Amino acid sequence: MTGTGYTGPLGLAAGAVLACAVVTLWRRDLRAVVSVLAVQGTCLGVTAGVLAAHSRDIGLGVTAALVLIAKGLVIPALLRRVVRRDPGSRETAPLVNVPASLLAAAVLIVVAYLASGKITALAPGTAARLAPVGVATVLIGFFLLVTRRKAVSAITGLLLIDNGVALATFLLTAGVPLLVESGASLDVLLVVVVLRVLATTMRARFGPFDLDQLRELHD
Amino acid sequence: MLIYAILTVPLAAGAGAAAAPWRRWTGWVAAAANGAVLVLGVALAARVTRGHPAGAAAGILRADALSAFMVIVIGAIAVLASCQSVRYLSAETARGACTARHAALYTALVQAFVTCMLAAVLAASLGVMWVAVEATTITTTFLVGHRRTDGALEASWKYVVICSTGIALAFLGTALFYFAALHASGHPAGSLYWTSLMAASHRLDPGVVRLAMGLIVLGYGTKAGFAPMHSWLPDAHSQAPAPVSALMSGVLLTVAFYALLRFKAIADGALGPGYPRALLVAAGLASLAVAASLLIAQRDYKRMLAYHSIEHMGLIALGAAAGSSLAIAAVLLHVLGHGLAKGVLFLASGEILLVEGTSEIAGVSALLSRRPALGGIFGFGLVALLGLPPFSLFASELNMLRAEVAAGLGWAAAVALACMAVIFAAVMAHGRHLLLGDAPPRSRPEATPRIVAVPLTAGLLACAFLGVSAWPLQPLLHAAAQVMVS
Repeated sequence: MTGTGYTGPLGLAAGAVLACAVVTLWRRDLRAVVSVLAVQGTCLGVTAGVLAAHSRDIGLGVTAALVLIAKGLVIPALLRRVVRRDPGSRETAPLVNVPASLLAAAVLIVVAYLASGKITALAPGTAARLAPVGVATVLIGFFLLVTRRKAVSAITGLLLIDNGVALATFLLTAGVPLLVESGASLDVLLVVVVLRVLATTMRARFGPFDLDQLRELHD
Repeated sequence: MLIYAILTVPLAAGAGAAAAPWRRWTGWVAAAANGAVLVLGVALAARVTRGHPAGAAAGILRADALSAFMVIVIGAIAVLASCQSVRYLSAETARGACTARHAALYTALVQAFVTCMLAAVLAASLGVMWVAVEATTITTTFLVGHRRTDGALEASWKYVVICSTGIALAFLGTALFYFAALHASGHPAGSLYWTSLMAASHRLDPGVVRLAMGLIVLGYGTKAGFAPMHSWLPDAHSQAPAPVSALMSGVLLTVAFYALLRFKAIADGALGPGYPRALLVAAGLASLAVAASLLIAQRDYKRMLAYHSIEHMGLIALGAAAGSSLAIAAVLLHVLGHGLAKGVLFLASGEILLVEGTSEIAGVSALLSRRPALGGIFGFGLVALLGLPPFSLFASELNMLRAEVAAGLGWAAAVALACMAVIFAAVMAHGRHLLLGDAPPRSRPEATPRIVAVPLTAGLLACAFLGVSAWPLQPLLHAAAQVMVS
């Protein structure tokens, strides 16, 4: 593949991962948020696929397929079943409103570029220079996790962090060894399953609830 | 062979337990399997201290003295906890709070949890170690929520969200170490094995390692219960059933810390000791301060024990910051001593909760005169935990402080001592309320069942024996410290 032919799709796919993260801050309808997560997982898989095609790395190709299935299909399907049973699932009153959240996202992206200066300075190629995109996704995930009040939003934040870490890993190192990557994907999948069970149990017990109503335990 | 056996025996016991509804004997089989882990761990330790490190599974698994020591710690506390699990599950099934199926699932999850911890300390690749540590979160979440109260549900939610976030950061840190190694050597083969990272540590890019080590301390530090990432810990450790609390507090925290130690050795090589030391001192002092301030007004004895774990993790972090061979040996002895003492105390607290029906300190008093055996075990456990002789925590705390002063961290040791004094006073006050006082008139002292008294007394005796004479462990501790220092 030629240099430009490789950089274009790679930048597009990686940029789409970050764009999806910003969209999750913007949409309040949790069903839409889950669809955005599916798109993000797919873009992440495509990023790994482009890298694999470029370097003709079979291990990375398998990883890309794994990511596509786990993050593009299975995890969103699991979450969709949670939000479908709860028709009124909207993030009605986030701790920070939507325009301010989007502004914060812009700041976080700048912070990500500043923080990864040391890494990109060392970077040999195009891919590694895109690594701040992954870091920015992680930071936006954190922001979502601490400012939203619905269980599904917390799971979304966790998944954004995870996707951001995975994106940065692909771009910097062309993927960790396959054994580690498949173990990590399985772990993430199981965490989502566990969170889903907890979220449904909590809703069955407390009715529609916000996370800040969890106040049984404190000092 | 030994390594395979260590991983398969507990897992097989768990799989067997899952296959059928729970019976008392399936619980005892699990306890026996964990006993086998302890014995195999001792055999592994004997082999690695005498000769070369052991490897298995095409180099994915590897055991040196440090790993073997951790296997012994995990095995010892797992035996205590699984004996107590039999007691917990028979009580729960007898009062109808838990079906035999549910109890079988509990046993299987505990065994899977123990296996994940063993895999974490036996992994040769830092990536595989990460996968195993994250798997401990997954296996313990439902165990934390096993009592199915509102509080247990809330605790398991917080636990899994906070720890998964932390561990995701640790993955980014691991990936950055990998990136630095790729950049230094240019070929990916074996770049995630800590042996090759240790060998190449002086060639890693300092800027990247600095960032990576920060993420590792944040990430694994969350799992190890360092302040300010500790907020899940008191909830999870107080809501989980006592045997699970004993395993989480006694060993899981130190398994996460073990991961941190492996990275510290690499970062020391890349950056010199200054930066990792600063991170560990900050984490250690913050943890001590948080534990001291929140122990004073604590009203729940299980939460009291949980905050006490944060204190001990702080002490361990300070000891590791000193970094000398003496310091590491003392840290490891402290890991074992704390595991035993905290395990015994959590297990005893589970029995107290069972017979008294409340976990409020105010709701329990005069244990020593009403239930002499149980009160005695709890009392001696507190004495051990507060670092009084003859228990091993006295020797290890003393040596850690000595090493800190020798490493120029005298000021940190002084702050630590001040926090320890506050904690000592607070825990003594709570302990006095629980243990002393007058028994109600015309009541007769109640016996404690042997299933509780025998294992817990054995645990305390082991802790005291190690305090009087650590000679059986001396060569192993020395060899493990060499792994870290050289």
